[in-house]
Amino acid sequence: MMDGIAHGYDVARIRQDFPILSQGVRGRPLVFLDSGASAQKPRQVMDAMRACMETAYANVHRGAYHLSELATENHEAAREAVRRFLNAARAEEIVFAGSSTNAINLVAHSFGRGVLKAGQRVLVSEMEHHANLIPWHMLRDSGLGIGMGVIRVTDAGELDLDSLRAELAKGDVGLVAVTHMSNVLGTVTPAAAIARMAHEAGARVLFDGSQAAVHRRVDVQALDADFYVFTGHKLYGPTGIGVLYAKHELLKAMPPFLGGGDMINTVTMDGFTWAEPPLRFEAGTPPIIEAQGLKAAVEYVEAIGMEAIEAHERRLVEHAMRVLPEVEGLSILGAAQDRGGVFSFALDAAHPHDLSTFLDSRGICIRAGRHCAEPLHARLGHEGGSARASFGLYTTEGEVDALAGALREARRFFA
Amino acid sequence: MSAALDTLYAAPIREHARNPRHRARLECADATARGDNPLCGDRVEIFLTLDGARIVQASFLGRGCDVSQASADLLAEAVRGLDAADARALSARVRQMARSGEGADAMGALGALAAAARFPSRVKCATLPWVTLEAALDGAREASSE
Ligand SMILES: Cc1ncc(COP(=O)(O)O)c(C=O)c1O
Repeated sequence: MMDGIAHGYDVARIRQDFPILSQGVRGRPLVFLDSGASAQKPRQVMDAMRACMETAYANVHRGAYHLSELATENHEAAREAVRRFLNAARAEEIVFAGSSTNAINLVAHSFGRGVLKAGQRVLVSEMEHHANLIPWHMLRDSGLGIGMGVIRVTDAGELDLDSLRAELAKGDVGLVAVTHMSNVLGTVTPAAAIARMAHEAGARVLFDGSQAAVHRRVDVQALDADFYVFTGHKLYGPTGIGVLYAKHELLKAMPPFLGGGDMINTVTMDGFTWAEPPLRFEAGTPPIIEAQGLKAAVEYVEAIGMEAIEAHERRLVEHAMRVLPEVEGLSILGAAQDRGGVFSFALDAAHPHDLSTFLDSRGICIRAGRHCAEPLHARLGHEGGSARASFGLYTTEGEVDALAGALREARRFFA
Repeated sequence: MSAALDTLYAAPIREHARNPRHRARLECADATARGDNPLCGDRVEIFLTLDGARIVQASFLGRGCDVSQASADLLAEAVRGLDAADARALSARVRQMARSGEGADAMGALGALAAAARFPSRVKCATLPWVTLEAALDGAREASSE
């Protein structure tokens, strides 16, 4: 099942970095096609977290002793690694949050309540993950007079830019909050064009890069993103850490989200003054060990090269687009021109849940359900959900073939 | 072929999922509730007609996997003629069985649902119709697998 070195990309060698991939499932090789939900971890990430605990662990920003200073230095080095990864202009623009979900909630609270004005609206698309939908519902429902609007999705599963244009033309949009890559359809959205359109209409733009940052090189300056979020565990890093990038001028203007230690300058019993960004937004002890894991993850993908990873995934997507449509009774959701390694599909003979259980018996892990995107499934006429296969940098063409073969078997089993 | 897979999709489950006998709306239902599994989108509506505390007719509508839909059809078959209290007690036993995998022998046709216990992520598929039944008997309109 292991593919050789194709196009200079040594996937067999890469797979050796991921201990879990050599595990069997009930005597069969593990075929892990659920990286879009959470990716597996390379040894380099585990080693970095262990080294942090074994040699350089103390609380950060708090101790006047060597070990704490060392831990603080390492923590800030992790911030610098993320800055480089996103090509942000300065490290202070990188805020560590618990996850993408936390990062978006931070923006909804701090920017939403502190900067947006009554009468302004937030635009979201029909293909958002609930993490980039519910925080805006909550803001709308908080009685501050902030509204919402919807960017439509075409039948092909692409953003309908005409509907974005029409919404922006109403002149009341304060923020456009859209995914950079759909976790259901794999659609990559034209982020630079969206940012340009939003800015021309006087709106800010937030990209949910939870999926995109894993599959493509992201340059927040080239995109002219105002906010960009991603989550560590999908980027082969640990759980418990996510990233909010925001332009410095925006962070400067935003009030804190959570209150506690680290986010203050001076405190009396009567009140406090805010710390400067990014600490203003990092109340409490941060994810110290996780930051070292995330740094190692970023360095890991950069060592392989985001361009090489993207090229590998393009080949996988092309391969999948050849072999999956040949499976009788299979329909793939969406047909975007620009798509990454995420496929949702339905098989005529089996409900996604039954299909997932069947594939599991063949050692194949996929996701079944609505993938935290209930409105999108309703939009596409798949209220009952879909099955999803998602690829990582370690996925092989052989694994895609194994999926296609097992889907054929499933069709016979459930016929 | 995996043996566990064959028990989960044993003939009775597949037969009830493919050719349900009680998939219908009861227009004159005395008690009804809708149950949702928010994670996967499975949905079951249960309809009951009552004569005092006795369930006279039971039916369901729904969408979802073979396990949830077969369980709903088996439920409708099993609770007809039962007193509400007995239906509740049966529901508790079915839910316990689907979680533990034990006690199938004493449960007749419902015993097929015990296979769900070997697939922890599928237990809620088997139990969704039953929590929905309990909601209907409680006079609640909605139930959730969570
Ligand atoms: C597009 C998208 N946005 C947001 C999230 C939320 O990420 P997290 O659960 O790590 O906050 C996910 C993943 O679940 C996602 O795929």
